[in-house]
Amino acid sequence: MADFDEELDASGLNCPLPILRAKKALAGLDAGKVLHIIATDPGSVKDFEAFSKQTGNELLESKEEGGKFHFLIKKA
Amino acid sequence: MEQKKLAIIATKGSLDWGYPPFILGSTAAALGYDVEIFFTFYGLQLLKKNLDHLRVTPLGNPGMPMPGGMEKWMPVLVTALPGMEAMMTSMMKKQMKEKGVASLEELRELSQEAEVRFIACNMTVELFDMQPSDFIDGIELAGAARFFEFAGDADICMYM
Repeated sequence: MADFDEELDASGLNCPLPILRAKKALAGLDAGKVLHIIATDPGSVKDFEAFSKQTGNELLESKEEGGKFHFLIKKA
Repeated sequence: MEQKKLAIIATKGSLDWGYPPFILGSTAAALGYDVEIFFTFYGLQLLKKNLDHLRVTPLGNPGMPMPGGMEKWMPVLVTALPGMEAMMTSMMKKQMKEKGVASLEELRELSQEAEVRFIACNMTVELFDMQPSDFIDGIELAGAARFFEFAGDADICMYM
């Protein structure tokens, strides 16, 4: 996994909490900084794609590892 | 690009139907939408400071899954028995906690933090003799015309 500036563990949380928490965490970051999100909700894969498309915050990476989903999102 | 707008009318005051307005409202706000929710009739229950009174009922709710698939054979009359509603409500709350589903209070708070605006229908507040002081802070009391002021320009309008 590439470098990131902040990490958000949304494990165990269900829709829409991972997105809402990620939005909050991104709000506290400067443009260009990268947020690493860990989630267990399988729906979060499509949700973070959609979140990225609609908000312009680029989804740099999305993968499953060890039963968890990992996302890297760059603050626009 | 101009900010998109979502207008929601929330009319139901049960534990299950309390979720859609707050889930969709908070998510839309996270996606950058400007959101207003107009609470009317039973939907006003969702604005009370304390939400412990909200319940889910199996009565007249044939789509509600019950433990062990009971809903397939249980006579409708049984769902009307005293205690059934309380039992299903506590089971639903337990299930939600186990599955990491947010509480209504949490989603409501996240909505307000994300600047979703809540409007309480003034007419129904008076009709039911409700006390605005029972509501959480930050509620605007207004009428149908006020709703259309925002909804008229909305990209999406939902009635729930």
